[in-house]
Amino acid sequence: MKNCEYQQIDPRALGTSNTRTPTTLPCGRKNSQRLRRKWEVFPGNNRFYCDGRIMLASQCGVLPVTIGLIFITSGLFFTFDCPFLVDHLTVFIPVIGGVLFVFVVVTLLQTSFTDPGILPRALPDEAVDIERQIDNSGSSTYRPPPRTKEILINDQVVKLKYCFTCKMFRPPRTSHCSLCDNCVERFDHHCPWVGNCVGKRNYRFFYAFIVSLSFLTSFIFGCVITHLTLRSQIVNGIIQAIQQSPASVVEVVICFFSIWSILGLSGFHTYLVASNLTTNEDIKGSWSSKRGEESGNPYTHNSIFTNCCVVLCGPLPPSLIDRRGFLPPDDAPQAVTSDTELPPFIAKNDTNMEENCQEFANSCTA
Amino acid sequence: MATEFHNLQELRHSASLATKVFIQRDYSDGTICKFQTKFPAELDSRIERSLFEETVKTLNCYYAEAEKIGGQSYLEGCLACATAYIIFLCMETRYEKILKKISMFIQEQNEKIYAPRGLLLTDPIERGMRVIEISIFEDSGSTSSSSSGSSPSSSTAQ
Repeated sequence: MKNCEYQQIDPRALGTSNTRTPTTLPCGRKNSQRLRRKWEVFPGNNRFYCDGRIMLASQCGVLPVTIGLIFITSGLFFTFDCPFLVDHLTVFIPVIGGVLFVFVVVTLLQTSFTDPGILPRALPDEAVDIERQIDNSGSSTYRPPPRTKEILINDQVVKLKYCFTCKMFRPPRTSHCSLCDNCVERFDHHCPWVGNCVGKRNYRFFYAFIVSLSFLTSFIFGCVITHLTLRSQIVNGIIQAIQQSPASVVEVVICFFSIWSILGLSGFHTYLVASNLTTNEDIKGSWSSKRGEESGNPYTHNSIFTNCCVVLCGPLPPSLIDRRGFLPPDDAPQAVTSDTELPPFIAKNDTNMEENCQEFANSCTA
Repeated sequence: MATEFHNLQELRHSASLATKVFIQRDYSDGTICKFQTKFPAELDSRIERSLFEETVKTLNCYYAEAEKIGGQSYLEGCLACATAYIIFLCMETRYEKILKKISMFIQEQNEKIYAPRGLLLTDPIERGMRVIEISIFEDSGSTSSSSSGSSPSSSTAQ
């Protein structure tokens, strides 16, 4: 009788998949090569710091400007306005200002450094399988996969598009960001001010950031106006007041111009949250009523309160790209950089693409 | 000759990867994570339909539980908001806890059900939650060329 013991086997030995545990080198093989982490071969347009713990879009846009403006305005406020206001009003002003400032900075950094919900690209096996499923005619000439697939969500027809870069049918509400070169789940928009895409995983941080920034900007604006008013009463003239505290003018100007855009943006996103829409869907008019009464947002819970709770307080899914995982030493380049290694998969004119795909698939599974 | 393996160890020693089957996502209920329970034709001769469906349904239940919107998730969300989301850096979320349970479940399924039949499930999280990848192994010492000749007979330890 055979002893059927179920022993755990390292799947890597089967050569089937990447795992999340650190690689132990096979015995008998002395290798002084440093094990690489997955972020080092990430195909998208992102930058990684602190050994993969922090990620940014490669075009971080005006994030330094955003941080600079916030720090400068708040710094000037605490240095020049707060002493006067503490003397003449209350000590709670810098306290409230401080709390708001910390909240703004923390949520900004979280929005910028968090994975927005990037979908890892399909591996060659999967891509070939999808191709095989849709190309049923068996013709020898290559035909690009149909670009859309229709599904029913809550009795509404939704079109799923095929992403040629990531080689998969995008899940609903997913969009490919051309700046970051990644498919992002529940894609809202790519925000240059935070230097990252805003998607499923960091939307709540983004919303908290813009709301708290509106409060901070309004608060500083209000306090500075109060400061200048009180000071001008003491020195009998607004010009003298400004001469005594020139920094306040700088703050007023910055806040005045920021308030319009920030408050507008907060209001717009509050509307989006309440109706469970994304900026992308709203701009494209995906669910607008103009298209007929049948077309409505299939994702809404039909209650403002529920929508808000779901979007802002719903469970936070983990990052799917596993940037700090180790690459197995053997098939490191093959699995992840499939788009660069595959022969003219991206070029749509190649008529021998199907044969190339089959050959590549065979070499993968060999 | 039947391609029958008694454990994952045997699978390693005598098997070679024949093909992979991908179970795609089912979006009929929206964007929640759910996989299709449609039985793929390639597994027809390898595993009983009911076992396969049971595995996929259990996985779907786990994911539904992870993404469930209810008291606990709201509490977690509100607490996180109040602490400016710093708590996410210290605490493991409910979703992550359930993902660990899912890994254990898949490991157990592989050991008990799939490896004896020459199959291997891959955790969907390793494929970006797009697919459940099922690898089909052939006995490399076998002379039969296809898997159609194997019978999914019971191979549990006596």
